Amino acid sequence: MSEPIVLGIESSCDETGVALVRGTTLLGDALASSVDEHVRFGGVVPEVASRAHLEAIVPMLERACADAGLTLADVDAVAVTAGPGLAGALMVGVSAAKAVAWALDRPLYGVNHLCAHVCADVLDHGPLPEPTVALLVSGGHTDLLLVRDIATDVEALGRTIDDAAGEAFDKVARVLGVPYPGGPHLDRLATQGDSTAIRFPRGLTSGRDLERHRFDFSFSGLKTAVVRWVQERERAGLDVPVADVAASFAEAVADVLTRKAIDACRTHGITDLQIGGGVTANSQLRAMAEERCATAGINLRVPRVRLCTDNGAMVAALGAQVVARGLPPAGLGLGTDSSLPVSSVSVV
Amino acid sequence: MKLLALDTATTAVTVAVLDDDAVLADRTQLDARRHTEILAPCLDEAVRASGIARTDLEAIAVGVGPGPFTGLRVGIATALTLAHVLGIPAYGVCSLDAVAAQVDSPDFLVATDARRREVYWARYAGGARVTGPEVARPGDLPEELRELPTAGRGPELYPDLFPTPVDVLDASAAALGRLAARALATGEDLLPVRPLYLRAPDAQPSTGPKSVLPR
Repeated sequence: MSEPIVLGIESSCDETGVALVRGTTLLGDALASSVDEHVRFGGVVPEVASRAHLEAIVPMLERACADAGLTLADVDAVAVTAGPGLAGALMVGVSAAKAVAWALDRPLYGVNHLCAHVCADVLDHGPLPEPTVALLVSGGHTDLLLVRDIATDVEALGRTIDDAAGEAFDKVARVLGVPYPGGPHLDRLATQGDSTAIRFPRGLTSGRDLERHRFDFSFSGLKTAVVRWVQERERAGLDVPVADVAASFAEAVADVLTRKAIDACRTHGITDLQIGGGVTANSQLRAMAEERCATAGINLRVPRVRLCTDNGAMVAALGAQVVARGLPPAGLGLGTDSSLPVSSVSVV
Repeated sequence: MKLLALDTATTAVTVAVLDDDAVLADRTQLDARRHTEILAPCLDEAVRASGIARTDLEAIAVGVGPGPFTGLRVGIATALTLAHVLGIPAYGVCSLDAVAAQVDSPDFLVATDARRREVYWARYAGGARVTGPEVARPGDLPEELRELPTAGRGPELYPDLFPTPVDVLDASAAALGRLAARALATGEDLLPVRPLYLRAPDAQPSTGPKSVLPR
């Protein structure tokens, strides 16, 4: 008998994703984003995102099925992001997922958004090597995880204690007069800049900070240092070398992320590192991770960018793993948990 | 016609299954903060109790508000998705009408909780909605409106401002379903299945970066 077809629904932030996965094969994928509606606010507005999810959910269900050449009747199980994320946004996806599961009389699985990001990689590179260290970097999250079993055993090693890495990109972009979302724009600018021009601080990388927060991150101090540097230049009437600032800032972020990820691999005797999340699209982070992993003898896995940003495919992929282990489905009483811990891979 | 009716715009999570005008089964739970958790179990129970197979449902009627946004969307997302999966039409009904349909009075007000010290309100006379739905601070409503018999949670929240409470607090899916069934039978128009938000998202456009330097 062939493996079950799992429908995945993602709505934790500003992307409405729906996809169909069988095993580790992506069959169909649809994504709507409300990012353009958030530009004038300089960040994601939860109510704007929630309204957009409601508009997009049925069209994305249709498009994902059309993309797969299947109908909803072919779906064997439904998986949905139950958290973490924006509560009102999550509720749209969870409500829709319940409706599909109930109408088709299929089991429903509530899965963890962060674990789903890690699992996205199976769609590009096959089953995860386990154990693996996973680094998740996006606009909402910066987490370092130890994955012993993607369906049942994920441990948080560290996380950001203030801003997410992607949030720092957005804030630095603002001070440089670059539009939201900052990541892609800064990355383009940085290619013309010198990443060693300015030495910006690396948070939680020395002394007592490192002892107490070995695998945690902090980007708030870095962001403020960049803003201060730029505003001091402006106040002194000097030109701001925007490309150098962008490149030097991204260098500081990539340095801390890769250094701590590799330290986590070494500390736990693990030779595989998986990186996911939207910030993975940053070219300096990719290049530095490749170089440092090669030097350290660590196998690096990074899925294509489309699978790094929020999407339904990763949710379906994790759902497929959870189904394959025979884990219990959630009841129709499934709720959302905006701060769901990463140790809860699936919720009942 | 076998109709599924539901509403999540008030404190009640309410579901009913009707065959034309006859209510076969209904389930209602009161909990303004747990619409996501409660709705699907209520739906499942009501349909099971009705004796109708889920695939025999022919239409869905859903309250489109106005109501607190997050809870409201739970009902609408559920109705839109069910209609899509089951391949049946979905129709919208003003949720205040699903409160009003339970009131027996010639001239009255419905005022429900809009949070942020405001109410969603509408006036009904001669069996029809004559004003609203609108959103307002209760104190901004003219006294002659506020003194009408008032259904909904408005009087419970603002007893000094709505002195004539009517003992109908929330929407009822059974009442909503009857309104929809009657409209469908007589060919009256129902609403599109889109939330009646009545308020724009509460967010200010970005004003640019703040200075971190000492003045």
